[in-house]
Amino acid sequence: MAHLLLRHRDIPNLDQLDVYVKNGGFEAFKKAVTAMQPDAVTEEVKASGLRGRGGAGFPTGVKWSFIPKNITPHYVVANADESEPGTFKDREIMDFNPYQFLEGLAIASYAVQANLSFVYLRGEFYYLAKKLDACIAEMEKAGYLGDNLFGTGFSLRLRTHLGAGAYICGEETALLESIEGKRGQPRVRPPFPAVVGLYSKPTVINNVETLANLPYIVTNGAAGFRKFGTDKSPGVKIFSLSGNVNKPGNYELPLGATFRELIMGCGGGISDGRKLKGIMPAGASSSIIRVDDTNLDKVLDTTMDYENVQSVGSLLGSASVIIIDDSHSMDWVINKTVHFFKHESCGKCTPCRDGNYWMLHLVERIHEGHASAGDIQLLKTVANQVNGKCLCALGDFSTMAVTSALERFPEDFHVGQA
Amino acid sequence: MAKLINLTINGVAVTVPDGTLVVDAAKKAGIDIPVFCYHPKMEPVGMCRQCLVEIGRPAIDRATGQPALNDDGTPKLQFMPKLETACTNPVSEGMVVLTATEKAKAGQKELLELLLTSHPLDCPICDKGGECPLQNLTVEYGSSQSRFIFDEKQRADKHVHLGELINLDRERCIQCARCIRFQRDVAGDPVLGFYQRGRLTDIVTYSDPGFDSVFSGNTTDICPVGALTTADFRFGARSWELKQSASLCAQCPVGCNVTFNTRREAKSGGVMAIKRVMPRQNEQVNETWICDKGRFAGYHYTEAESRLGLDAASMESALSQAADKLAAAKSDAVFLAGGRLSNEDFYNLKQLAAKLGAKAYLYSPMAGGEYTTAYGLGAGSNLGDLGKDDTVLVVASDLYNEAPVWHLRLKAAAKRGATLIVAAGRATKLDEFASFVVRYAYGDEVETVKGLAGKEKIGDAIKNAANLVVFYGSDGLGLAGTSALAAACADLLNGKTGKVNNGLVGVWNAPNTQGAYELGLAPAADLKSELKGKTVYVIAADPAGDDPALADALKSAKAVIAQDILATATTQMAAVVLPAAAYTEREGTYTTAERRVQRFYLAVPAKAGTRADFAIFAELGKKLGVELEGRSALLVMNKIAAEEKAFAGISYARLAEVTAQWPIVGRGDLYYGGTGYENKLGLGVHLALALTPAPSTSGRGGQMRPKENELVAVPVSKIYDLGVTMAPAKLLGQRIGAAAVGLNPVTAAKLNVENGGKVQVQVNGVTAEAIARFDESISTGVVLIYRSFGIPISEPTSVKIVVAEKA
Amino acid sequence: MSLVEKYPEEVKAIFAKYPADKKRSAVMPLLYLAQREEGYVKKESMQEIAAMLDLDTTEVASIVGFYTLYHDEKAGKYRMQVCNDLPCALRGADKFLESLCGNLGIKVGETTPDGLVTLEAVMCLAACDKAPMFQLQDGDKVEYYENMTVDRTMELVEALKKGGKEIK
Ligand SMILES: Cc1cc2nc3c(=O)[nH]c(=O)nc-3n(C[C@H](O)[C@H](O)[C@H](O)COP(=O)(O)O)c2cc1C
Ligand code: SF4
Ligand code: FES
Repeated sequence: MAHLLLRHRDIPNLDQLDVYVKNGGFEAFKKAVTAMQPDAVTEEVKASGLRGRGGAGFPTGVKWSFIPKNITPHYVVANADESEPGTFKDREIMDFNPYQFLEGLAIASYAVQANLSFVYLRGEFYYLAKKLDACIAEMEKAGYLGDNLFGTGFSLRLRTHLGAGAYICGEETALLESIEGKRGQPRVRPPFPAVVGLYSKPTVINNVETLANLPYIVTNGAAGFRKFGTDKSPGVKIFSLSGNVNKPGNYELPLGATFRELIMGCGGGISDGRKLKGIMPAGASSSIIRVDDTNLDKVLDTTMDYENVQSVGSLLGSASVIIIDDSHSMDWVINKTVHFFKHESCGKCTPCRDGNYWMLHLVERIHEGHASAGDIQLLKTVANQVNGKCLCALGDFSTMAVTSALERFPEDFHVGQA
Repeated sequence: MAKLINLTINGVAVTVPDGTLVVDAAKKAGIDIPVFCYHPKMEPVGMCRQCLVEIGRPAIDRATGQPALNDDGTPKLQFMPKLETACTNPVSEGMVVLTATEKAKAGQKELLELLLTSHPLDCPICDKGGECPLQNLTVEYGSSQSRFIFDEKQRADKHVHLGELINLDRERCIQCARCIRFQRDVAGDPVLGFYQRGRLTDIVTYSDPGFDSVFSGNTTDICPVGALTTADFRFGARSWELKQSASLCAQCPVGCNVTFNTRREAKSGGVMAIKRVMPRQNEQVNETWICDKGRFAGYHYTEAESRLGLDAASMESALSQAADKLAAAKSDAVFLAGGRLSNEDFYNLKQLAAKLGAKAYLYSPMAGGEYTTAYGLGAGSNLGDLGKDDTVLVVASDLYNEAPVWHLRLKAAAKRGATLIVAAGRATKLDEFASFVVRYAYGDEVETVKGLAGKEKIGDAIKNAANLVVFYGSDGLGLAGTSALAAACADLLNGKTGKVNNGLVGVWNAPNTQGAYELGLAPAADLKSELKGKTVYVIAADPAGDDPALADALKSAKAVIAQDILATATTQMAAVVLPAAAYTEREGTYTTAERRVQRFYLAVPAKAGTRADFAIFAELGKKLGVELEGRSALLVMNKIAAEEKAFAGISYARLAEVTAQWPIVGRGDLYYGGTGYENKLGLGVHLALALTPAPSTSGRGGQMRPKENELVAVPVSKIYDLGVTMAPAKLLGQRIGAAAVGLNPVTAAKLNVENGGKVQVQVNGVTAEAIARFDESISTGVVLIYRSFGIPISEPTSVKIVVAEKA
Repeated sequence: MSLVEKYPEEVKAIFAKYPADKKRSAVMPLLYLAQREEGYVKKESMQEIAAMLDLDTTEVASIVGFYTLYHDEKAGKYRMQVCNDLPCALRGADKFLESLCGNLGIKVGETTPDGLVTLEAVMCLAACDKAPMFQLQDGDKVEYYENMTVDRTMELVEALKKGGKEIK
């Protein structure tokens, strides 16, 4: 099947404007601006059932419809922070199919009537920012950006903004703070960005992949989009597959494809002929799915969509599927994840800031073999103490792997010789 | 009026205005929800997560849009699965808040434990010990054992100097950001910030000097742990040893309410000594803040080594000598009194002078009191009420330096929507918050004010203001200039006299200048000639130290009697010296420039061999056959109230009255408002408007302007100077700095003067050295000279500047 | 020399990016600019940026302190930032990093004696399928090096010594 999002895999040099245009590029944007009312675009996206690909799976059209019309200006911000360990899909889109993403951003901007929109890239994506800047310049030259587009009254400008190394800036309100030139720390919600967002104005924040779906939806309509995926999770999704598989990489599959298709099919199975032990479908923020002889088939046959991954005790999230084989102990795995979250905790709220500090000490002690039985129990308690009490979701994320590993892989946690 | 919302908190029915936060609603209902990051004077940020509670909201039936009901007909409640922060959630109709359920308590307790994993357990040596919210909460909830391994506690620097005034203990900091937010949002000096992130987050300042803000001390009050402490008080005493005594700050005309914390000390010979100054809440005056001048200079001069004192016999003889001299001089005597005296002192002084037929003058660099008494703020005014539709005009004053708490309050008024117009001869810190900044050339003050009404937007803002408050000061002006300026400003207020939240405010340089004016004193237009050949009685003023010309005038006086608390140049040349008690050692009242009469109470016993000024006047009266009340300040006030129309109805009892204030500070908990003190001893009473007819406001103006190739020096003020009450504040030495002059780079270039370079200033017959500081905002040909730095300047005058020889 | 004097065009372009009344947004790109030459932001640059944006220096410093790609101290000319986060570690990143340490003769966090390379361990860089990998931070620029081996990395170090960045 031809790709919808990773179209560059089918069409060479799609990152060149003329190639992109030759392949139908900007037709959707033009159609939206010249032939559709902004609200009609929103309605179409609503009808398509497109859900945010940044992790939470919130319906995109619904999010747009929260933008109040009586407060202006509006902004759209593309979330290209892509920092969840195991996630590398937005990077591929922007690198090889940048115009499709930018066209999506332009369509979203039209739908909510934003005249200035931003792409927020993690600081490490320096080269992508350069690339997107060049693409934006090309689009301006070609008349896809600027004033009175396609002879209508609609004007649009796009800008990139580079972060500088902070996972938390993927959280949408921290991201806005960062564009505003502040420390990237989350804001209290409500008010939500749809009402008080960038520069205190109504703002839509969407993931790169989410936006890259829009040209297809506008061109083919909601029904066209719904040909793929499931009823509640329509469309295709890029799965970033990493860890102990033979062929790691991005794979575009319809939502509702099974773990088996992804891991065994696309990924070529577990590397070094080892056994599958755990799956983290949402990067470091996942509850770890336990796989063993008793449930191997059940897990592998689980469909990957926003609802169904719950049946094996996890969430789809950003679909960054990390595969762990049986050579690894889960105490080591959560040592890694807690390390990550402690490093990335913004420090604004107590449970996440101090809880991760504490968890890290416990996890390290366990991993180094000095833990007492009480330490293992305490780790569970501390994780519970953090979960559900934080200002933003990072705090909760930091406990997912810990709690699930302790619960599902007790044999990996040993009381050490003091 | 905001809509009222009904809810229940722990079963107690509460009604509060729409928009109230759950934490505040609970506080009003007498329920304390623990908080660390929340402070009622700042926007909630929900960072510390200590205030976790259960919140239920009435469920809505999706089908009908109506409230869903339980089977028994009660409204169905929807509780979030997670605990919620009481500090970020506003109340809503029918809300049910549970702060003490097992779930909520567990959440609060767990949170506290997390905080303590990184907090040192050094309460026994911590300055905050005894008044620490974290300590209190730990005692309330905490388990006696830590589950955290002690060695794994984060170590951090415990002795960080954020400048020389405030110390930071990084280990104790709980990252609540109260200090950072106070500096950014309340003070408007964003000189504190977080550095790094996560568990490494700490507080830094990059300003020069460190923590460069005149409000810095407030952060130590609102810091909920012992992370921020003042260099003044650090390790000074334990909080539970301290007594509290209500007082006022006497450093400027705002009249901030303070509490002196005192204890008995061997160092002071076993008598009470003041250990620190804390703000005392008065929402109409200083809210819960004070500035660093009040905190760090504050009372220190009252314990300076140069305090005067006489044994009983010498005092008696000094009084007799003074009485003899006054008796001899009669109407040839001249009384000259500074604005540090209390209302009671001024009253007795006035009576004494009147009976002798002597002239009595106020010693003040600034005039215009005849306007502020007639056009002053109406009774009931509160700068905290100014907002949308109101206009505030500030002319010729750098409030940040001259009356810092007003700076803070006007900044807040502007934020609430008031139109703030700042007109000055130079850039001031208030400009940033102003709706309009008017810059004039020094000398054009009066013309500028007269022209404001004619300006399009500014004129509208003044004319259409629901309420109009005008502050005028003495930036660049002397007596004649300020008098003319006051008249011009009063003109803008015609038709608004006596109205609440309307009026003229003089930015005086002393705590009771307004009181002096209210009691009928005023400065002499030409003091020098008034003094020559007279018997001069100088009280609480140092003319000889301020100005060599006045020293000369005093030398040519027949006799000088000086009464003060400190040895000064004037007391040194006096024939008779009468030692006075400091205001910290006696009772009395001051009238703030907002015309609020407020009481100060005795904090420490009077230094041996001193007496309160009003009592000294009464003693002299006795010897001169004039009957004056000298037994107590209270009795003097009773007389004032009986005889001075403006003071009618005022009594010490009324001045001690307190009504409920919001936010509530200092109740059982310290989480909420910080360690500033609750006001239990009086919010003060506004004066009735003077019933004397307002003087004419027309026909004054005409200031000195520099001509081509001429330099004009003008006097300006800096918060920290070498004045009598400042100089003994050792801690502030660095911030006081050296004498400086300000000039435009263009002016400087003509003189070959470099920024920061040394110059010789020749002015008023004196040659002095100073550092040149560039100020691009001032007009060319003007030289700013800071008052009270040893370079005499009372009026705009010509000046010569030459580059000082390099050593 | 001030930033504006040194990079007038860049500064102008940065300000043009954001609404005129939102110039604070320019702080991050300006900090990158300040870091271009020596790989770290000096206090004078923070002061200059603060003045340009009507901020207090502390506010600018506080940004430098928050984000890991800004540095307030001098290090090697290049910062070699190896990802050893979970996905890369599952594919041998820890071992790779360890061997690099051996080959370079330094520990993580240290700089080679010639001042060329500072070796750092960093969190996920969105290149999990191409582990082992690192990014090379050079002033305000970042470049990715993916599917690396120790040999190829040492080759790169040699190239860097000679002023190049190319490897086979
Ligand atoms: C800690 C944290 C990190 C996040 N990181 C990202 C990210 O890197 N990229 C992203 O698109 N969304 C990220 N999100 C989700 C965003 O907050 C937001 O939900 C998303 O950008 C919305 O876009 P969507 O509706 O198109 O998914 C993160 C959320 C949290 C709490
Ligand atoms: S949960 Fe962590 S990342 Fe989120 S606000 Fe709290 S400290 Fe910051
Ligand atoms: S989160 Fe509510 S007081 Fe800190």
